[in-house]
Amino acid sequence: MRIGIDVGGTNTDAVLLDGRQVLAAVKTSTTADVTSGIVAAIAGLQEQRPFDPADVRAVMIGTTHFINALVEARRLAPTAALRLSLPAGASLPPMVDWPGRLIEAVSGRGYLVHGGHEFDGRHIAELDEAEVRKAAADMGQAGVRSVAITSVFSPVNAEFEARAAEIVAAELPDAAISLSSEIGRIGLLERENATIINAALRELAAHIVDGLASSVGGAGITAPLYLSQNDGTLMDVDFARRYPVATFASGPTNSMRGAAVLSGLDTCAVVDVGGTTSDVGVLRHGFPREATTDVTVAGIRTNFRMPDVLSIGIGGGSRVREGAVGPDSVGYELTSRALVFGGDTLTATDIAVAAGRAEIGDPSLVAHLDRGLVEAALRRIADDVADVVERMRTSAEPLPVVAVGGGSVLLPDELAGAGEVRRPDHYAVANAIGAAIAQIGGEVDRVYAVEPGRRDAVVDAAKQEAVDRAVAAGASPSTVRIVDFDEVPIPYLPGNATRIRAKAVGELQLTDAKGR
Amino acid sequence: MREITLADLDDIATGAAILGTGGGGDPHIGRLLAASAVREYGPVKLCSLDELPDGAALVQVAMMGAPTVMVEKLPSIDQVSAAAGALSGYLGSGLTHIACAEAGGVNSLIPVVAAAQLGLPLVDADGMGRAFPEIQMVLPTLYGIRATPMAIADEKGNRAVLDTVDNHWAERLARSATIDMGCSAMISSYAMTGAQARDSLVPGTLSLCAELGRLVREARAAHADPVAAVVARLGGSTLFTGKVTDVERRTVTGFARGTATLAGLDGDAGSELTLRFQNEHLVAEVDGRVRATVPDLICTLDRESGEAVTTEALRFGQRVTVIAAPADPRWHTPEGLALAGPRYFGYDLDPVGAAG
Repeated sequence: MRIGIDVGGTNTDAVLLDGRQVLAAVKTSTTADVTSGIVAAIAGLQEQRPFDPADVRAVMIGTTHFINALVEARRLAPTAALRLSLPAGASLPPMVDWPGRLIEAVSGRGYLVHGGHEFDGRHIAELDEAEVRKAAADMGQAGVRSVAITSVFSPVNAEFEARAAEIVAAELPDAAISLSSEIGRIGLLERENATIINAALRELAAHIVDGLASSVGGAGITAPLYLSQNDGTLMDVDFARRYPVATFASGPTNSMRGAAVLSGLDTCAVVDVGGTTSDVGVLRHGFPREATTDVTVAGIRTNFRMPDVLSIGIGGGSRVREGAVGPDSVGYELTSRALVFGGDTLTATDIAVAAGRAEIGDPSLVAHLDRGLVEAALRRIADDVADVVERMRTSAEPLPVVAVGGGSVLLPDELAGAGEVRRPDHYAVANAIGAAIAQIGGEVDRVYAVEPGRRDAVVDAAKQEAVDRAVAAGASPSTVRIVDFDEVPIPYLPGNATRIRAKAVGELQLTDAKGR
Repeated sequence: MREITLADLDDIATGAAILGTGGGGDPHIGRLLAASAVREYGPVKLCSLDELPDGAALVQVAMMGAPTVMVEKLPSIDQVSAAAGALSGYLGSGLTHIACAEAGGVNSLIPVVAAAQLGLPLVDADGMGRAFPEIQMVLPTLYGIRATPMAIADEKGNRAVLDTVDNHWAERLARSATIDMGCSAMISSYAMTGAQARDSLVPGTLSLCAELGRLVREARAAHADPVAAVVARLGGSTLFTGKVTDVERRTVTGFARGTATLAGLDGDAGSELTLRFQNEHLVAEVDGRVRATVPDLICTLDRESGEAVTTEALRFGQRVTVIAAPADPRWHTPEGLALAGPRYFGYDLDPVGAAG
């Protein structure tokens, strides 16, 4: 058995799974401290389907906590960015394009020292260790507690970042250190930004992970705890402490992965209808298609991997007016403001109840609604969602649509241009299921010089390295396969330089004391 | 626009990406660098070709190399000015103005950086009226103006001055030096007088970049069609609206050549468009019939936002509108076509015009 938990902004959902069979599923309110909500969710599972905590072999948690902390600029550690690039890059120092309030929130400080690599591995300048030591001393004086280190072309060669980390660690033994080569891809400012964000979240990550571990442990569960990542794979708690940024988009990813398992489809469009928005993504081979452009988070350009998701402002809490649904929503006030709960605001939930698609609150309170208005609102929702699904489609082939999330009752049984809409069992807790069935991944993203006649060997080596990384991270070797591969020649570079990305995933290797 | 201020840079970047015809490099780094320079040294005076004194001494400034490298090994303001400084030293005379080599992508903004730091006015003109991949592909070549002496500078402080027998050799030697310098260098070239500039440059292109950016921004704010606004301003036509269904790339002699295939949407449903590109878009065919070629402009714009989509960023599933717009008429002369027509790029095709 395993437990999947999705801690969203409003709801904490939990499921108990045996293999891929759902034994119990609960929806509880997210609490300010997160942990008591999780404790309540696990207790809810126990009530529905009593189980021996010792039989739980893994707990997987998806959380939006870290991205919310960044957006709200709260509980961020005083952070320094150390860049190894001089004499390049002096005019565009770290955080050059950040919103001022976030620089303030992380007490951001930037340092530039000599170092960095050329595209082909030559040194721009030798790493100036004395400069690094001096920068570290200054960080210590300023009360910096977390350091982000970025070196030019570190995705090609990370040696300078690793050496600088040793020096900083010797000077500032208590500081957390994040390396850009482990976080982002080519594109220095975007990779550096992601690394600084990660650094600023490290203290909060340690705190949250401890809280999650103690709430799970408090329920008598001794199984290992995992957090789900943006790409639908898992990380263990040590990894989560070091790379909180990798959890940023796990919410939509978990919903999509859960939809895949519930529907049995591994190539489909997924519509997740929540309280405020509907998120639409596309699954290919069971994994979300990734956004290929830079992603702006809280006003900061970054380039870590995020699922390609298009959102529109339609959800269960959307306000309904003549001819329009959303984009404004009553949000968490749904249970006091919607008509079916005795409130004064016409919402999409009221429309669903009036149309007989859901039984929520008191249906008599919406019995008076004009039929024409109800039908027009439902048609509007169907048209808008159909349009987004159509936009996400990448070929003329029809793409099946799977609807999940509590608000998916708002969708019709057929969407224009897409055909039948599947609403699988347990659709309301698809995100928690997605967390529970997440897999272990390994990835390579690097620029290779591909000599004539050597392409196949280079491609094979890259794929093997991705597989090795997945196994090292805990995947069961017999289940690992390459799920994504991309090679892009880079213009204006000699030596047939080619950027190769390979991603491998496999099932989490689960063992326990009883060898089950 | 009489001077370029911080507030103008976003619009210029948006417009420059459109005139980049799929190439020209992502102007993001150029915009950030220009913003740093303007913040430090103040706004840049813009001088129209009409106002340029005959005896003015101007040089072009540009980034040369791989955009992929530039976004990793960030250039600095000093490096941009170092190229112009080295050329001025070799010429033994002072500079009075800075000019753009191309209108499109990052190289519409790099000259703003040089002009700001050197305190010189920037000429509202460029050598192409669009973006092209090689140094000799500028109208001044048709007027017998030499690319060299030209200077090239890296971030380490290395500088070189080339003096070549013709403009094709300037491209060849500068390309070699650029690779040794780490594939992202700053160059300064095409030193010319005000009179020569008036003859040989394409007038008003920086203003055009800013105007295109403003049109896109305003159309979006008004929920109007930004693509239509761009087509109208450029006097071009909409070739096709579709979804990218295939992108194939390969590197040939250092350039990324490739093809993209789009399946039609809306009025183009059932048709297919093929784009052939070498960094920039070169040929557009609809259902096997050539509809536009270089030297005219073939631009891929996001169908909703009107933002340019570069050939490097083209991906499966994107919705784009492909538009064509006429190039400066001098590119359609026999000499212009020899320099940058379809046959120069290896297509046995007569050029197809794009006048709307």
